[in-house]
Amino acid sequence: MSLHRISAQDHESGKKLGMWLFLYTEIILFGGLFVLYAVYLTLHTQDFIEGGQELNRIFGVVNTVILLVSSFAVAASITAVQQGQKGIALMGLGGSIGCGLIFLVNKYFEWGHKISHGIYPNSERLLEGADGQNIFFGLYYVITGLHGLHIIIGITVLAVAMAFVISGKVGPNRFALLENAGLYWHLVDLIWIFIFPLFYLII
Amino acid sequence: MDPETSFFETPAPSRFTGIWSWLLTTDHKRIGLMYLFAILFWFCLAALLGGLIRLELMQPGENFMSPELYNSAFTLHGVIMIFLFIIPALPAAFGNFFLPMQIGTDDVFFPKLNLLSWYLYMLGGFIAIAALFSDGFPDTGWTFYVPFSISTQTNVSTAVFAAFVLGFASMLTGLNFITTVHRMRSPKMGWMQIPLFTWSLYATSWVQLLATPVVSITLVLVMVERFFNVGLFDPARGGDPILYQHLFWMYSHPAVYIMILPGMGVISEIIPVFARKAIFGYKAIVISSMAIAVAGSLVWAHHMYTSGMSDTAVFVFSLLTFVVAIPSAIKVFSWVATLYKGAIEMSPPLFLALCFIYLFSVGGLTGLVLGAAGTDIHVHDTHFVVAHFHFTMFGGTGFAFFAALHYWWPKMFGRMYDFKKAYIASILVTGGFMFHYVPMFIMGLQGMPRRYYDYLPQYASGNFFAGFGALFMILGIGLMFTNLALSFRGERNALSNPWGGVTLEWQTASPPCLHNFDKEPEVLDYPYDFSGVVDGPKSS
Repeated sequence: MSLHRISAQDHESGKKLGMWLFLYTEIILFGGLFVLYAVYLTLHTQDFIEGGQELNRIFGVVNTVILLVSSFAVAASITAVQQGQKGIALMGLGGSIGCGLIFLVNKYFEWGHKISHGIYPNSERLLEGADGQNIFFGLYYVITGLHGLHIIIGITVLAVAMAFVISGKVGPNRFALLENAGLYWHLVDLIWIFIFPLFYLII
Repeated sequence: MDPETSFFETPAPSRFTGIWSWLLTTDHKRIGLMYLFAILFWFCLAALLGGLIRLELMQPGENFMSPELYNSAFTLHGVIMIFLFIIPALPAAFGNFFLPMQIGTDDVFFPKLNLLSWYLYMLGGFIAIAALFSDGFPDTGWTFYVPFSISTQTNVSTAVFAAFVLGFASMLTGLNFITTVHRMRSPKMGWMQIPLFTWSLYATSWVQLLATPVVSITLVLVMVERFFNVGLFDPARGGDPILYQHLFWMYSHPAVYIMILPGMGVISEIIPVFARKAIFGYKAIVISSMAIAVAGSLVWAHHMYTSGMSDTAVFVFSLLTFVVAIPSAIKVFSWVATLYKGAIEMSPPLFLALCFIYLFSVGGLTGLVLGAAGTDIHVHDTHFVVAHFHFTMFGGTGFAFFAALHYWWPKMFGRMYDFKKAYIASILVTGGFMFHYVPMFIMGLQGMPRRYYDYLPQYASGNFFAGFGALFMILGIGLMFTNLALSFRGERNALSNPWGGVTLEWQTASPPCLHNFDKEPEVLDYPYDFSGVVDGPKSS
């Protein structure tokens, strides 16, 4: 059978292209929510500012740093795999998964704190308060909730990559899967980089 | 070439047999046929629903459907037709089967992802069926406008979740096709040598990829609102219901271009073959396909002129809507110019393609009535709209689907159908179509609303007459599908190139072998070069 075979390079770059295309869909998915945020910020500017001040900036900064560190760890693990340094790669991946889990724990405490103060969708406090504050915290829960779901997905993807590094299926000659997992994790980090200023730094 | 070793006999992966060689296949041709089978089922089901709706409307008053049932019926008809038939039909069935062949390769770039897309499509269908039970299928219309979609007690969350899952299938197919076209073309096939069906799928794939996530998040928000009552679209709590409409149409308008672009691609394939003449304006068609994809993403709020949005917004969207009509018209001119002074040979695919050109043009021109804000005020939410979108989606994409079936049938199954029955069926469908939908233009202009289970007495005769049109259409479709099915009675002895086509799929056996091509296919310098097929210009 003499049909042309696509080159190995085309094969590798094709896998990456596929991943980038998928990432565009994720960006647009969150984009719809950011569109809502933009419109409502214009409609309820003062309420948004007050809502932002109620959020805990320390939590926000800590979570931002955690995700940035985790992204670095993933990038380091890719370089490690490329150089055949399996142990370092696994430490990097394990570290990034750990960071992701710490992020989720922080999120749990943050949400828990808000909920105990009566700030949650359809709560009495939000229903009786200013309309804009209801929207601000509604968007807060929906956007950070969807983002948290993507952190869980990202942790799963990284864990799969880690398993493949351990078993040797990902190695110095074949690491497209790890690169793609890293790309996904960087996207999840990037989305948080947008969320953080919009909700925590609004003045 | 041994006629027994087609892809039907050779499964991939080879270790599976029987039903598993289909359910676990990674062969794009088998996946395409599995899609086709499901798509035909959904089309017949939704057409039946449409028939029931029009039967109810043939006489005034409540006949055999309560108002609530009527609302659920038109919602279900819309949801099935749009998400389970029109959007997937051409890309998933014919795109999967023929895109790899048209670019001279042996499969799509991600074959397992392709199979996953099919499973997601089937899952979405099952979830939609699940929404029929307990509290009943939604009565909101397929557009699920808030606040009703949030407050109604019917199974809105299940139904929108079905659409969410189907959206995933659509996105992943788009992703697969884009990567395939970029990375797997035959080395001799540059971008300006890609056949127009593949080009149309490429443009469609970008829209599928980038627009679908918008409706995904919109539908998620409907579910979130139903479960958690956040209030993001509730004016009493700071929200704006118009924002839902903006988000919804930001996908659903590009969706109609997802529906029509592959259909136009099919017509661009059929016309040159049966005119024995290169397509007129290949480059213009390529550019106009991409232009439709881009411009079509900018016009969504022409569905919202009466929603209360600003006059400035109305003006801007109306202007852009007129702009997007231009590339579509360019294609119609190109097809007609291709036929001019061609050596035309009539065939069922060509007949259906010609019906497409007429019906889609009527649909497109009536779109201008709707796109112009002034006239739209009078016909918004009337039967004029219903007629318009049936002319474009059914007369357009639906007929392109029929044309594709008749064009590629011998290639897919190795059998030819009876031409006479095909012509009779096509005439019945087209004639029935006109008798069914033209009265709706008139009644819409006279003020008959859409989505109402009853109407004022002055619309009775129009609706009664339209019902007979529906009957002829359904008879025609029944004859068409029966005729195609009867082709299986004969031997599998179709020629590899029964029509004299020059795109690469005609260089393989009918049906093709597992890897599509026995030897490297010959890529022409120009994709519609018929000089090898005809001996020279025929004198008229």
